Amino acid sequence: MAELTYRDAVARGIAQEMERDPDVVFLGEDIARAGGVFKATPGLLEKFGPLRVRDTPISEQAILGAAMGAAMTGLKPIAEIMFSDFLAVCFDYLANHFSKSRYMSNGQVKCPLVVRTANGAGSRFGAQHSQSVENWCMAIPGLKVVAPSTPLDVIGLLAAAVRDPDPVVFFEHKSLYPTKGEVPDGEIVDQLGVAKIVRPGKDATILALALMVPRTVAAADRLSAEHGIDCEVIDVRSLVPLDTKTILGSVSRTHRVFTVEENPRLCGWGAELVSIIADEAFYDLDGPPVRITTPHIPLPAAAVLEDCAIPGEARIFETIRRSMGS
Amino acid sequence: MNEPEEVRLRIYRILVELREAEQRAYDLFLQNLVKGTSHLSLGQEAVAAGFAAAMEPGDLTFCTYRGHAHTLARGVPMEKVLGELMGRDNGLMRGKGGSMHLTSVEHGVMGSYAIVGAHIPIACGAAWRAQYKGDKDVSVCFFGDGTTNIGAFHEGLNFASVWKLPVVFVCENNLYMEYTPIGDVTAVRNPAAGRASAYGLEPILLDGQDADIVYRTAKDAYDKARSGGGPSLIECLTYRYSGHSRADPAKYRPEGELDHWRGNRDPIRIYRERLVDGGLSEGMLHEIEADVRRRVDEATERCKAAPMPSEEILCTDVYADGGWAWRN
Repeated sequence: MAELTYRDAVARGIAQEMERDPDVVFLGEDIARAGGVFKATPGLLEKFGPLRVRDTPISEQAILGAAMGAAMTGLKPIAEIMFSDFLAVCFDYLANHFSKSRYMSNGQVKCPLVVRTANGAGSRFGAQHSQSVENWCMAIPGLKVVAPSTPLDVIGLLAAAVRDPDPVVFFEHKSLYPTKGEVPDGEIVDQLGVAKIVRPGKDATILALALMVPRTVAAADRLSAEHGIDCEVIDVRSLVPLDTKTILGSVSRTHRVFTVEENPRLCGWGAELVSIIADEAFYDLDGPPVRITTPHIPLPAAAVLEDCAIPGEARIFETIRRSMGS
Repeated sequence: MNEPEEVRLRIYRILVELREAEQRAYDLFLQNLVKGTSHLSLGQEAVAAGFAAAMEPGDLTFCTYRGHAHTLARGVPMEKVLGELMGRDNGLMRGKGGSMHLTSVEHGVMGSYAIVGAHIPIACGAAWRAQYKGDKDVSVCFFGDGTTNIGAFHEGLNFASVWKLPVVFVCENNLYMEYTPIGDVTAVRNPAAGRASAYGLEPILLDGQDADIVYRTAKDAYDKARSGGGPSLIECLTYRYSGHSRADPAKYRPEGELDHWRGNRDPIRIYRERLVDGGLSEGMLHEIEADVRRRVDEATERCKAAPMPSEEILCTDVYADGGWAWRN
C-alpha cells in the first residue's frame, strides 16, 4: 500500500498495461519526452522506448485516426488528447468512425482503444480549456465513457478500459491530478459499468462524478453533522455502460435523488439519469429529483467567477438542505 | 510493357469487372432496386485496378464513399457488393453499412469512409502497426482531389512523413470536387502533387487512365514502403463519367469533355488495344468479357432473390458483446 497522487496513478496505470501486453502503445502531444503537460506520463518513454510511447504533432485528428487504424489492425492504443475541449477538433473519429465501424461493418472491424483526456474546471483556464464534455461522448452509440475520481480508480478503470474490446473515452479531471489516495501494491484491475457507493446513507441519493465526488462527500458530511440529513453518495464512475442497478437500488431506499454535474445544464449526464429514475422509480420518490449543475454558460477564467459557475461544496450543501426542508 | 501476360490479363479482368459491376449498379438504381446514394468510379477504373493488382495479399485498402471499385478490385465477390447496395441480407455487411461503407476485412478492405479525409490518419495508424510489429504489409489510401483541401489530409500526410510510415496515398484527381472544378477551389494546379514537397515527399503525377503506368508506379511505392522508405503521395489524373453521386446529372461539365475522355481516354479501351497490339488474341479477351458479364448477371439474380435483412440484426454489433446494451 502506498499513497499516490491521481497524476502518478495515470503513469502507473499505463505502465501496468504496457508491461502486461506488448500490443499496448501510447501516443499524444508532449506525452513522451516531456512526460505530459500535466506531468501525468513521465518515465514511460524511458521504460518502453520511442516506438511504443510516441510524441505526435499538434494534430488531434491524426492522433485519433492513427489510434483507430492501429486498433483495427491489432494494437491496443492509448491516445491522449491534452484537453478534453480539443475533442471538438477530432470529434469526427468519436462521432463517426471508431464508434460506428463495428456496427457498419457488421462486426468485422474492432476498435479496442482508449482516449485519455484532461477534463473539467478549476484551473482558471477559461472557456476553451476547462469544460466537462463527458456528456458529448455519452450521446454516441458505440462509445464507452468513464471518469475516475480517485487514484485507485484511475489505475483500475484505466486497466479495464485498455482491456475492453470497445473504444473507451477516459476522462481524467485536471483538478484531481494533485489529490492523493491509498493504492495497494501489485496489479489493479477494475470493471467498467460499476458505480460505487462512496458514502452510505438513508435520506437521499446523490449522484456525482469525478471532481464532484469529493465535493459532494464533503457536503454530505456537513449535512449529516449540522442537519442530521444522511445522504448516500454514489460515484457514478462509468456513464457508459451505466450501472442503473446500483442507482435505482439506492433511490428505492432513500426516496430522494440529486445529481451533481459539472456539465453545463442542457443535456448534462444527470438529465438522462433523472429520466431513467422518473421512468423506473417514480413511485419510489418522495420529492422531485434535483439537478445541481453548472449554469448553461461558457466557463469564465477569473477564479471568483469560475468558482461561482461550478458546483461547489457550499452550493451542493445549500441546495440539498433546502430541498430536504431543513 | 514488362509485365508478364498473366499480370496483364489479371489487370484486364479487374478493369472489365469494375466497369460491368458499376454499370450494373447504375442500372439497378434506375430500376429502383438500389436506394439511397451511390458514387460510381466509371471512367476511373485503371487507378483501382492498377493499385490492387500490384498489392500482395495482406496489404490493406482504405477507400472513400466512392469505394465500389477499390473493394471489387481486391476480390470481394460481386454478389456481396451488389447485395449491400440493394440492402439485402446477402450484402457484405448485411445492409448495415450500405454503398458508402463497403468493408471486407478478410480481403484487406479495411473500410470505405464517407467523411472526406478521415481515412488518411486511419491508414497511418494501420501503417504504424505494421512498422511497430515488423509486419510487411502496406496500407493504401485512396481519395479524391477534393480531399486534399480538408484538414485531415494535412494532418495525416505530415504525420505519415514524420513517422516514416509504410503507407501509400493515392489521389484520384477526376477534375471535379463534387460539382465544382477542382481548380476553382484549390491554390495549386495539382492538388496532391503540388503539395507533396510540403511533406518532404516527391511529387508524383501520372496518367490515371493507363493501368500499366498505374501498376508500375504502385509497385515502386509499395516496395519503398516495405523497405522502410516511408510514404508516397501519388496523383493520378483521371475522369469520372457519371456525376458526383446518384443525384448529380453533371451538367456543369463543358460540352464535349465527357465525349473526349470516353472516346479517347477510356482506360478499358486503352488497355484492350494495347493487349491486342501486344499479340493477345481477341478470342481470349472476349472470353474474359463474356465471363465477367455472366458473373455480373448471376450475382444480380442472386441479389434480387435474396431476402431483406431481418429486424433481428438492427441492434447487433454496436458493442463487442454483440449487442447494444449501454446499461445493466
